[in-house]
Amino acid sequence: MELKVTAQQKTNVKKKSLKDIIGKIDVRAYTMIGAIVAIWLFFGILNDTFLTARNLSNLFTQMSVTSILAIGMVLVIVAGHIDLSVGSIVGLTGGIAAIFSNWMGMPTIVVIVVTLVAGAIVGLLQGWLVAYQAIPAFIVTLGGMMAFRGILMGITKSTTIPIFDANFIALGSAYFTNMFGIVLAILAVVILVILTIRKRKTRLNYGFEVMPLSLEIMKILFLSSLIVLFVITMNSYKGIPFPIIFVIGLAVIFSFIANNTTFGRHIYAIGGNSEAARLSGINIKSRTMMLFVFSGLLSAVAAIVLTARLSSATISAGQMYELDAIAACVIGGTSLMGGSGTIIGAIIGAMVMTSLDNGMSLMGLDTYWQYIVKGSILVLAVWIDIASRKKNK
Amino acid sequence: MYSLEMDQITKEFPGVKALDRVTFKVKKGEIHALCGENGAGKSTLMKVLSGLYPTGTYSGEIRINGTPVHFRNIKDAEKAGIAIIHQELALVKDLTVGENIFLGAEPKKYGVIQWDQLFYESSEWLNAVGLNVAPQTKIYSLGIGQQQLVEIAKALSKNTKILILDEPTAALTESEVEILMGILEELRKKGVTCIYISHKMPEVFRLADSITVLRDGKSIATLSKDETSEDEIISLMVGRELTERYPQAERTPKETILEVKNYSVWHPDMPKMKVNDNISFSLRKGEILGIAGLMGSGRSELATSLFGAYEGKREGEVWIEGKKVHIRNVQDAINEGIALVTEDRKRFGLVLSMDVKTNTTLASLKKISKWGVMNHNEEMKSSQQFVQKLKTKTASLETKVGALSGGNQQKVVIAKWLMSKPKILILDEPTRGIDVGAKYEIYQLMNQLVNEGVAIIMISSELPEILGMSDRILVMNEGRFVKELTKEEATQEKIMSAATGGGK
Repeated sequence: MELKVTAQQKTNVKKKSLKDIIGKIDVRAYTMIGAIVAIWLFFGILNDTFLTARNLSNLFTQMSVTSILAIGMVLVIVAGHIDLSVGSIVGLTGGIAAIFSNWMGMPTIVVIVVTLVAGAIVGLLQGWLVAYQAIPAFIVTLGGMMAFRGILMGITKSTTIPIFDANFIALGSAYFTNMFGIVLAILAVVILVILTIRKRKTRLNYGFEVMPLSLEIMKILFLSSLIVLFVITMNSYKGIPFPIIFVIGLAVIFSFIANNTTFGRHIYAIGGNSEAARLSGINIKSRTMMLFVFSGLLSAVAAIVLTARLSSATISAGQMYELDAIAACVIGGTSLMGGSGTIIGAIIGAMVMTSLDNGMSLMGLDTYWQYIVKGSILVLAVWIDIASRKKNK
Repeated sequence: MYSLEMDQITKEFPGVKALDRVTFKVKKGEIHALCGENGAGKSTLMKVLSGLYPTGTYSGEIRINGTPVHFRNIKDAEKAGIAIIHQELALVKDLTVGENIFLGAEPKKYGVIQWDQLFYESSEWLNAVGLNVAPQTKIYSLGIGQQQLVEIAKALSKNTKILILDEPTAALTESEVEILMGILEELRKKGVTCIYISHKMPEVFRLADSITVLRDGKSIATLSKDETSEDEIISLMVGRELTERYPQAERTPKETILEVKNYSVWHPDMPKMKVNDNISFSLRKGEILGIAGLMGSGRSELATSLFGAYEGKREGEVWIEGKKVHIRNVQDAINEGIALVTEDRKRFGLVLSMDVKTNTTLASLKKISKWGVMNHNEEMKSSQQFVQKLKTKTASLETKVGALSGGNQQKVVIAKWLMSKPKILILDEPTRGIDVGAKYEIYQLMNQLVNEGVAIIMISSELPEILGMSDRILVMNEGRFVKELTKEEATQEKIMSAATGGGK
């Protein structure tokens, strides 16, 4: 019986051409990587320092905060909502971290836990208002954006609070040793190979088609060389910056949540058609609230990284970061209509934004130009996306 | 004398010939029905006629009153007196009736809208279609049937000679259909030519003077109503002799599985209004219970509230397999073995941005996951099985459901609920807007399920379907079951008279 089904499946699923198979690889992600390469080459040619290991290391550190925020933002937008408050949550939880560290002299671990809990509570509150009280997320988080900034000013008495705890500061500004980087690279490649082999095996067991082995190997080689190149570049300066590990770790966890868990599937279904999702037995309210908890939690992580990097909490910390995060998502292909978007896309989007920031600063472009260019790139990215989608239809 | 002649129209899309030398001739002042399965080319033909596909993108000739015409856009077609009313109405809900009728053609003087003239002229057009509402009424306060009449008024205001109606009665209640039919008969007397696209044979035969059948992009035949029959048209549409439209099967209903006692449901926004009033009924394993009734009689509310998805207050008892159950939400209902294939699959049934596979598994993710982590291979396997079982036509499991035809979309919705392994399957208008072939397959599937011991409740507005498929029929009127009929004693007349409140 089992055999028969497998045989049927084999005949039923049409033999696919190479083009179909390549088409199934995330074309978007690869074009985005292409865009990054183009931006880097552009700045690299115009400016000698841009492509140095030192600057790239800086760039990765810079993009970490936006990336972490974008990871949470993607899921919120996919579900058809928006979170305008993340910048203010970064400011507020950063302030709380500094207060606990400096004024109260708490140990690092306590500071971290308190900060994360604060972020989660703020997210829970907003999530409850959006999910259970049906207030539009735009309004709840716009209110949150103002209120949290206000609370920050109140509790810090509008002062800048420095942090002296070296352990805490290390979270944002330390580097891993070269040895650690090499071990990490080897580990990543090994995991990549194991996962690919395992996936192939189970798919074959089920009698499904698999990608040609050569293509699979090419993919592994491509990704591995990216990993190796990254580690070599970072090691030739000071090593892998600490914050980047947060980004990679969170990206892996949340990509897994988005693609491989029922929670993730529910989010995409809610964003695609919330009525159909409800009538399929999905608890929309609890899922929506959970999303905002995640968003608050990730904002707190971003706050830790930012506060540690600057070794102080200011009242303007995180201002406008929500817009950077939203822009990163949108450039990375997340639809503001809900229902589609990927974590990896958002991170690449964050990289595009940060590269532009970094490159233009290096070239000494006036701030006003930087705003104009970033704004135009955002609109351009969505324009290209919409135009290409129309074509595909 | 033909008012419209479409001669040898061929329209090709990359890889498909949507229309293949179609000839379609409409006499002046007649109602001409255009029939065909979904995908037969009806919509494409009408898009060619209404200028949506401009001249040059198709071959062949269109003549109006004998003169060849070449439409470059919709405006050209409108100028020639052609207006199309789509299945999904295109009115602006927040504007008034008058504003909608003159939308884009407001009477102006120096760029200033002449409101008095606009509302006065609108009321004239509303009179012409027999719609008795003030032109200042906002569209959203009108029923679907009334909105349809506004669309017709709007079309007439543009001096329309040829009116195209695409499935106009899909969303109308029986009484609204009556009104619409009356209006169309009026218009015929006034000399307006009308092209009527419909799946519903009784309507076609009541209204039309001539009938043209399209199949696979070809015009098969044009017949006068008097010289043909419903069965002939249907067999021309499907291209084979349909010996029976409803597959018969021996059914032996077994023990009672569902019992509903003194069940009442209140409207969520109007807390005093009961949409279901003190209902009691039972359902047995291996039977199909048909629920007939007019739209708005409370059938869908009963289904959604039993399924835990209705927001209004509920009262009464529900027993499943001799156990009293409390269904508070959809998840409870799924756990108790109830599944609901909702009406309006695009709004309530499918996530159009997701693919066949993910839509199929959406209600049964627990079956393919462990600790909340999904097994993608299991997902592929089970959805593949349903594609085979239901003969769903799809390019792959990763095809977005939005790209499928209506019948195949419906199969995906049904697959989603079969995967939840229901004991009680509620089907709300399961064959609305899908072609005859897919309908037949769905009926066969229902027979097969009943054979396997599933109990089915089928809600339908199509009386032949209710009569053809049900073992027992309950008729609902204003939130109550007013009549119960066995398969043997049921007739269309008996059901209709009970549903419309007669024979109490």
